[in-house]
Amino acid sequence: MSVLAVLEQRAGQWSRMSFETLAAAQQIAKELNTGASAAVLGQGLDGLAAELSAQRLDCAYAVEHELLKDYTPDGYAMALRQLIGHVNPRIALFPHSYQVRDYLPKLAASLGRVAAIDAIAHRIENGRPVFVRQLFQGKLNADVRFAGDAPWFASLQAGAYRADRVVAGSAPVERFAPRLAAGDIRARPGEPFRESQRAVDLSAAQIIVSVGRGIREASNIPLAQELADALGAELAASRPICDAGWLPMERQVGSSGQTVAPKMYLAIGISGAIQHLVGMKGSHTVVAINKDPAAPIFEAADYGIVGDLFQVVPELIAAIRQSK
Amino acid sequence: MKILVAIKQVPARDSQLKIASSGKWIDETDLAYEINEADAYALEEGLQLKEKHGGEVVALCAGPARAAQAIREALAKGADRAIHIEEENMGALDPLAAARLLAAAIRAESPDLALTGLQSDDLGSGQTGVILAELLGLPHATIVMEVEKRDGSIRVKRELEDGWFQYVELPLPALLTIQSGIKKLRYATLMGIKKARTKEIKRLTAGTLGAPAGEASVEMDRVYLPARTKRTQIFEGDPKEAVANLVEKLRFEARVL
Repeated sequence: MSVLAVLEQRAGQWSRMSFETLAAAQQIAKELNTGASAAVLGQGLDGLAAELSAQRLDCAYAVEHELLKDYTPDGYAMALRQLIGHVNPRIALFPHSYQVRDYLPKLAASLGRVAAIDAIAHRIENGRPVFVRQLFQGKLNADVRFAGDAPWFASLQAGAYRADRVVAGSAPVERFAPRLAAGDIRARPGEPFRESQRAVDLSAAQIIVSVGRGIREASNIPLAQELADALGAELAASRPICDAGWLPMERQVGSSGQTVAPKMYLAIGISGAIQHLVGMKGSHTVVAINKDPAAPIFEAADYGIVGDLFQVVPELIAAIRQSK
Repeated sequence: MKILVAIKQVPARDSQLKIASSGKWIDETDLAYEINEADAYALEEGLQLKEKHGGEVVALCAGPARAAQAIREALAKGADRAIHIEEENMGALDPLAAARLLAAAIRAESPDLALTGLQSDDLGSGQTGVILAELLGLPHATIVMEVEKRDGSIRVKRELEDGWFQYVELPLPALLTIQSGIKKLRYATLMGIKKARTKEIKRLTAGTLGAPAGEASVEMDRVYLPARTKRTQIFEGDPKEAVANLVEKLRFEARVL
């Protein structure tokens, strides 16, 4: 009855959130006076298993099968259901990655349970974890607790726990061979690929002016461009702007676009959904202009102007031109 | 191809949210509602697939009486008929319980393709579609950016992280969760709105579906405003003055200008 961290790898490399999940598992296990273990799925896991054997864990499980070489939700859910039956953890923790979003709800539902998804924090109450998650694109928080019996499932938001808090030690490695048949796997996955070379490398920009839904119409984009020109900045956007085709996809900042960390990031009419924030929260100075004082972007900002961007931005352009 | 699209009605995107006195959900009085954005894209994809390959599009929505507005909009945009699972208190259901209701209605329709948005703008848990696939025994793919029908199967383009994509082929019937932006959304035409009035809306309840929700396995027991952890300097009021203050700070405090 321990805490199990299910880690993620692709082509023998850890995904960057994996060790955050491992650190969380160690921390929560300690708070519950139990042990932590970790699991990784795939084929040919010797190197990754060796890395796990150098962490403070009760056990490192290498879940290997040729049908786990390429990720499929059927393969992963089936293998993990068997592993969970074998390990019998109280809590299974996952990084909240696109892959986990694809199979965790299926895994949990097949065991009659619902996962606490995309948690940003936790606390222990009466020997049970309570997870905090965000609602309404980050405008509100909610405490989520498990009503039924263990095992309980939770996925953790990127950056919610710190990978550098992983405690080193030693762990035995156990190889776990799930029973899978080719007929169990219905999806035929292709190789992951990137679209044609990016013409714009936003990660090299010193200053980025980024525009969101608040700009209202494609015909207003030149206003943001004018501000970017005044600042010598690159123009970027949140997802909806690129979805609408007002700016090319290669200018999108966020979990499905580019990750940037410029000296200054000006968010114009961007509410600050978590998918956007993960792409820019490493910026040195963040400035937000938004009419909604409750917009989550202000939480990520160093400086903010609450107001109508159509009034504020022209003033800002004038002030910047004047100061030069 | 028979296509079923599950849509959810959620508070309009720019709503000013207040916590209900129970502390367990938002105060719903005076809120405006709309079709959840990703679900609107799922509907659009369903309509375009039908236009290309023939068949019908059935819109499915679970929610209180006000959800009829979302259903009328789906019909006006081109769905052929609709199913409304009338449930006053969807908020009390966890994603598995909500999916059990939807799954019972979908099972009775046995569509070739079930579509829904990748997540809702209110709860944002992104689980309902995947749970539905599990309950219905269907193969699924999430965060789908492109759908191509083939003979007895579909090929979809999935979005992965950091600008990566992947094609996946699934046998039909299947379930997909659709990413916002997959196609350009259409507006309902005047003619569409007129025609919607004559389209069939089947009204069901948990009772008539024979789908008891079962015990919740997760509970949301407190909803609250997040505490500010970062000290943000906010400038309000006259735009000219606010901008002057901001530029001053950017030059002399942050030293980024």
